[in-house]
Amino acid sequence: MDKEKTKKADTDGSTEAKPTAEVKTSAKKAPAKTGAKIPVKKAPAKSAAEGDVKNAPAKTGGKAPVKKAPAKKAPAEADESASKLVISSSPHFQTTENIPRIMYTVVTALIPAMAVSVYLFGLRVLMLMAVCVVVCLVSEYAMQKARKKSVRVHDGSAAITGILLALMLPPGFPIYGAVLGSLFSIVIGKMLFGGLGYNIFNPALIGRAFLQATYPVLITTWVDPGAVINAVDAISAATPLAMMKFGGEATGLGALFFGNTAGSLGETSAIAILIGGLYLRYKGYINWKLPLGYLGSIAFFAAIFWIYDSSTYASPFFHVMAGGAMLGAWFMVTDMVTTPVTPCGQWIFAIGAGFLTIIIRLFGGLPEGVMYSILFMNAFVPLINRHTKPKVFGELKAKKT
Amino acid sequence: MIQTQRHIKKTMNLKTFDKGVHPSDHKELTANKAVRTAALPKTVIIPLLQHIGPPCQCLVKKGDIVTEGQMIGEGTSFISAPVHASISGKVKDIDAYPHPSGRKIPSVVIEGDGETREWKAVKGKVNLDNLAPDEIRQKVRDYGIVGMGGAAFPTSVKLTLPKGKTIDTVILNGCECEPYLTSDYRIMLESPEKVVWGLRALMKTSGASRGIIGIEENKLEAVHAIREAISGALDLEVMVLETKYPQGAEKMLIQAAIGRKVPTGALPLDVGVLVNNVGTAAAVYDVFFYDKPLIERIVTLSGDALESPDNLLVRVGTTFEDVINQCGGIKSECREVEVLNGGPMMGITQSMLSVPVIKGTSGITVLEASDIKKKSVEPCIRCASCVNVCPMGLMPYRLGDLGLMARADDFTSWSGMNCIECGCCSYVCPSRRPLLQWIRLGKLRVRQQPKQ
Repeated sequence: MDKEKTKKADTDGSTEAKPTAEVKTSAKKAPAKTGAKIPVKKAPAKSAAEGDVKNAPAKTGGKAPVKKAPAKKAPAEADESASKLVISSSPHFQTTENIPRIMYTVVTALIPAMAVSVYLFGLRVLMLMAVCVVVCLVSEYAMQKARKKSVRVHDGSAAITGILLALMLPPGFPIYGAVLGSLFSIVIGKMLFGGLGYNIFNPALIGRAFLQATYPVLITTWVDPGAVINAVDAISAATPLAMMKFGGEATGLGALFFGNTAGSLGETSAIAILIGGLYLRYKGYINWKLPLGYLGSIAFFAAIFWIYDSSTYASPFFHVMAGGAMLGAWFMVTDMVTTPVTPCGQWIFAIGAGFLTIIIRLFGGLPEGVMYSILFMNAFVPLINRHTKPKVFGELKAKKT
Repeated sequence: MIQTQRHIKKTMNLKTFDKGVHPSDHKELTANKAVRTAALPKTVIIPLLQHIGPPCQCLVKKGDIVTEGQMIGEGTSFISAPVHASISGKVKDIDAYPHPSGRKIPSVVIEGDGETREWKAVKGKVNLDNLAPDEIRQKVRDYGIVGMGGAAFPTSVKLTLPKGKTIDTVILNGCECEPYLTSDYRIMLESPEKVVWGLRALMKTSGASRGIIGIEENKLEAVHAIREAISGALDLEVMVLETKYPQGAEKMLIQAAIGRKVPTGALPLDVGVLVNNVGTAAAVYDVFFYDKPLIERIVTLSGDALESPDNLLVRVGTTFEDVINQCGGIKSECREVEVLNGGPMMGITQSMLSVPVIKGTSGITVLEASDIKKKSVEPCIRCASCVNVCPMGLMPYRLGDLGLMARADDFTSWSGMNCIECGCCSYVCPSRRPLLQWIRLGKLRVRQQPKQ
């Protein structure tokens, strides 16, 4: 049986072949020793005449050859025909869960953050978000067409990338920059790796990192909420993290919580992100270990320095709520594709990323470390997965391979 | 009925194993249908292989007249179980016939004479105290008893302990964690005394001092029935387990019931446990009380594509076509169906309906072929669902890839050979990746590797 179901390995990762090898046969072909017939009242003559046997694309890997059984039976005998028997591998039950549902739930969860950013920074940010999403979708579609892969741009993953990238940009960021960043995210960060599921790094973060390198000034030009935003004469303001790092001035926790500070579109309001994140948790699409481990580790390492010298270092509450930590914790550390699958690995990933975030924030050249810390940990995911295999049932001593 | 008692779960501290999935059980279709004796088949096809092990040697030849219950195939090796004629009549043919496993197996075709034999209760009271373990074991073997849960491992082999091994606990598997199937449930409900006596016989033969019947909490009526039959015996216990798939898998059941973990590559007897199906225990009862070999069994016919689902007492060798017709046939509006030997999680699809019911056929499930399976496979998004449900603690997404890529060495080092093929990974995959199918492929590749 297994041989029949053999499929050629698709080395480039795309899996367009059918999941199940089907051998369709009509029951009338059965020897029917007992002479009994399956009573089927109205059987179309066509299906009675066809005894199609679709062989599995076993060795050929190509299209299944279709053999036509000799259609000896007259249409009048159609009542003898039974329902087609479909052959497939067990299990024959599957959940109704699917990728688009997961992805669009994430999009839904991002709505509060998007809404708050429009409220804080005005309608221009809507434009920014729309541009990012549209460019992501179009470039993914174009790449899939160009690589002659099945078009699955509708699965929602590109939309998430676009929204997340937009939420990480300063409100006054020029449109052409957003276009470039989105293109980089999808084309370089995702599609060149093989598309959804094969990218090593979080595409949105890759796009953001690209923009950070390309437009270092523009991407750190912030405005206060409510300021008239115009890319030409933006009234420059400092983010809470920059104020902390370069001026030693801590922003109030209330402002951080509700988002009334300068910063990227969707990163300022902790509460909006939290609502979305908890919704995702309620839906079961994120593992609580990841956001909790990440925020907990940020708080823990920040607390060490804070206790050591509270006049120089900000409080753990500040670090958890300032900058991109919240957005990162709920929407990037939890990205399924680029994070570990094993429970132990998820802890390592989350805690490691939190540790790096604090190190970069306190001792690096940049005020913010969320982006690089997560990208850095992304690179370790295959390694982490390999070395944190769960314990096999009944294994007496954990054998390391 | 059994569905409405879900709330009890909250108030009871139910035992279970780690991970697993919760498919909807659909048992309401047949749970309340009393077992009905199927019509006597005109012809039966009795495969000479209905157990795990090599096929039996045929004892009859074409044209012979056989009587119901006559042994027609005898085991040639230690791991085997004889087969018996399930109807009286004339041997019409001995040849390779399609088998529910998908292969062709040498089979004896018997054309019935329409006569049935009445299986009278054995004269005098059967007293377990008067039976020696060896006597029980031999009779269980001679009467062709195999595991009735589906795997059909010869029971007598299980009862023969290698030197130095002892068994302290016999667990009867009444979990029936497969959706749709209710044959075990009906046995426990309708003949709990058979199950309990069978359990005692198995305990006596294996030398165990403790007997446990594990039942999922969606079958509380069976729990009550068995508890009544036990009537306060101290060495027997009914254990109510959480309804979760694969609760009925041997290793999972042992962990759930008594907390022991069967080591990798070891057998339950290595941790002092013997697991048998409740149906097997009832069959053992029939052997001693009616002197009746295993020639018929209870089969649940269910599924959304079946006209009138039912529990039937079917003679071994009756064709699927015959029994499906006795349940109203396949719904006419279902143009494409999957007919399964077993339940939807582990059952094997049949390419023809002329295959016979065998000793291990606990159910025949007829499902409308789902459109889901026809859709293309999406890429793996590392959602970790498969890792989170695998009861064996494996990483199915990775094993699937390795199996597909024929990397046998890596497949082994990622513990792929420990897979019990329960199908939880394929069940939960949001990308519709046929993970189990690929893992099977990987196992096949490992087995095909030349041994060093």
